[in-house]
Amino acid sequence: MSEFPNLVPALPELFMAGSALVLLLVGVFAKKDLTAGLSALAVFVMIVACALVPAAGAGHAVTFSGLFVVDGFTVFTKLMVLVAAAFALAMSVNWLRKERAERFEYPVLVLLATVGMMMMISANNMISLYLGLELQSLSLYVLAAFQRDNAKASEAGLKYFVLGSLASGMLLYGASLVYGFAGSIGFDDLAHAFAHGAPIGVVVGVVFILTAMAFKISAVPFHMWTPDVYEGAPTPVTSFFAVAPKVAAFSLLVRLLIGPFGELVQQWQQVVIFVSIASMLIGSFAAINQKNIKRLMAYSSIGHVGYALMGLAAGDEAGIRGVLIYLSIYLFMNVGTFAVILSMRHKGRAMENINDLAGLSKTHPAMALWMMVFMFSMAGVPPLAGFWGKFYVFMAAIDKGLITLAIIGVLTSVVGAFYYLRIIKIMYFDETVEVLDRGVGAGLGVIMALNALLILAFSFVPMPLISTAGAAAAALFRG
Amino acid sequence: MIQALVFYLFAAIAVAGGVMVISARNPVHAVLFLILTFFNAAGLFLLNGAEFLAMVLVVVYVGAVAVLFLFVVMLLDINYLKLREGFLQYLPTGGLIGLILLVELVMVYGGWKLSPEAPLSAVTRIPAASAMSNTDALGRLIYTHYIYLFQASGLILLVAMIGAILLTLRKREGVRKQSIYRQNSRTKASSVEIRKVQSGGGI
Repeated sequence: MSEFPNLVPALPELFMAGSALVLLLVGVFAKKDLTAGLSALAVFVMIVACALVPAAGAGHAVTFSGLFVVDGFTVFTKLMVLVAAAFALAMSVNWLRKERAERFEYPVLVLLATVGMMMMISANNMISLYLGLELQSLSLYVLAAFQRDNAKASEAGLKYFVLGSLASGMLLYGASLVYGFAGSIGFDDLAHAFAHGAPIGVVVGVVFILTAMAFKISAVPFHMWTPDVYEGAPTPVTSFFAVAPKVAAFSLLVRLLIGPFGELVQQWQQVVIFVSIASMLIGSFAAINQKNIKRLMAYSSIGHVGYALMGLAAGDEAGIRGVLIYLSIYLFMNVGTFAVILSMRHKGRAMENINDLAGLSKTHPAMALWMMVFMFSMAGVPPLAGFWGKFYVFMAAIDKGLITLAIIGVLTSVVGAFYYLRIIKIMYFDETVEVLDRGVGAGLGVIMALNALLILAFSFVPMPLISTAGAAAAALFRG
Repeated sequence: MIQALVFYLFAAIAVAGGVMVISARNPVHAVLFLILTFFNAAGLFLLNGAEFLAMVLVVVYVGAVAVLFLFVVMLLDINYLKLREGFLQYLPTGGLIGLILLVELVMVYGGWKLSPEAPLSAVTRIPAASAMSNTDALGRLIYTHYIYLFQASGLILLVAMIGAILLTLRKREGVRKQSIYRQNSRTKASSVEIRKVQSGGGI
């Protein structure tokens, strides 16, 4: 009980937390504003952490008295979170300078939020789950309200905070019911306790926990906050919100449902199926009428969560592999699209309406081309990567006999294709109204091109991603 | 016997104090009743042999938290009576929802079962009372067994602090700050200028 805990599995988290503290100190004591430099350093820290994660997560290891777990699955999702966070932070620097919103706390908070996400992914106990979740959420609340003189951003931050606290409360209530049954909150103990069935009270607790997690991944019917927060928050913060926290919360949800609640599959499967169908429907139909591109991306992300949940509803190794493939493709599509949104400026002012993209193909042919790749991929047009993502979750659902779910998925993706194709139509066939600025940032162009090329690479050489995701899913089921 | 009597004494005062906290009209009185409740709760801890928790409750909650409350109540001029206006208006809806929740809870707990392994996993963490003092036991739990959670909570508090400063601290322009170092390092040469004034000429 008193020996020193094995720190190696938690090495990336320790490194990042320590670096965040150092960056904070440097920022506080520096005489002039160092936001750009600190952001670059924070991106570098994340890249180093990317190298540490596979080294720390080799095999299956549990440390800190069973509170912290690493295996192939955590390595895969942690890498996704780190890549998403690094991209989001790299895209922010330029924007912050243009909006004169440079505060050195920004990279520190992004770094700490990322640490929280990695702690969520590695949680092996309800308390470590909760603390990781809170570290992440608290940083995100502050980031949403980061532009404190902007009424919309403050509203977004407050709304996110109030609803997020409600979700945390539900999580704790559910966890207390589960604890009341099992007498333990370690995931391994819970899996044992549920092996002999569970009374109705525990199922209520599990539903409460599912509710909280559905809030965090913004699945219907707990999605109400998403469009407002996405619209109100500063755009680089939205680009961060749209990917990294979702991947982390999804990874946590998968671990919870497959690990400790794996025996209760009968009970949670119907909840996940319902949430998946509702998310796909709302995500596709509510997005049709949106004028603001950030709101559109919010509904689009709700829809994508619905598709990914389909793989989880299947509940087997193929389904989880589908979820991982879907999320990693979603990551690159979203980062690329947000790079486009961040470079939409007219006379130095940030533009957010879909119609501002009109005639983009004539004024910015390269940007329009990359955006077209992202939109076709999001719509799931073969042979682009988005199609493969949908293909694997649909296959997993059909193999498990969830035919209705898969049919609804195909139909809603047709509806969703409408608004993705509308953006392409606006870019290529509408007359230019206002010419967007040129040279908003060479970095953004590079990020766009990189993500589009990665998507094209996945489209034509999908095997490396599929086999890696398959190995990660297998690690979850072995552990 | 005497222990039971003391328990009922402490418990009754704690409950009565708690009721007074929410029903007192004067917020300062409410905070004072809160302190009374804390003291009695500390007494209950002592009865259970948790002397460390009892002392921490008095030192931290009474010494710091309640006094902080008192300051806040006194510094902020909040009209609590006005806040409570409209309370009766929401009572029917709130009462109905509360009733439904209560019925649901009763139904859930009516069918409650413990996992066969629950008693086993619940007691493994608790060392025998004779083996070590409870300060020792708590220290082992917090700083050794749950060190990860302890540090994670620290990070969360750090984020809360950064957030509070980021969202509220504003640099004001034109504030005249006293710099004692600069005051003390003034010399006659830097602050007094002697000019020759011609009689009748002015400066």
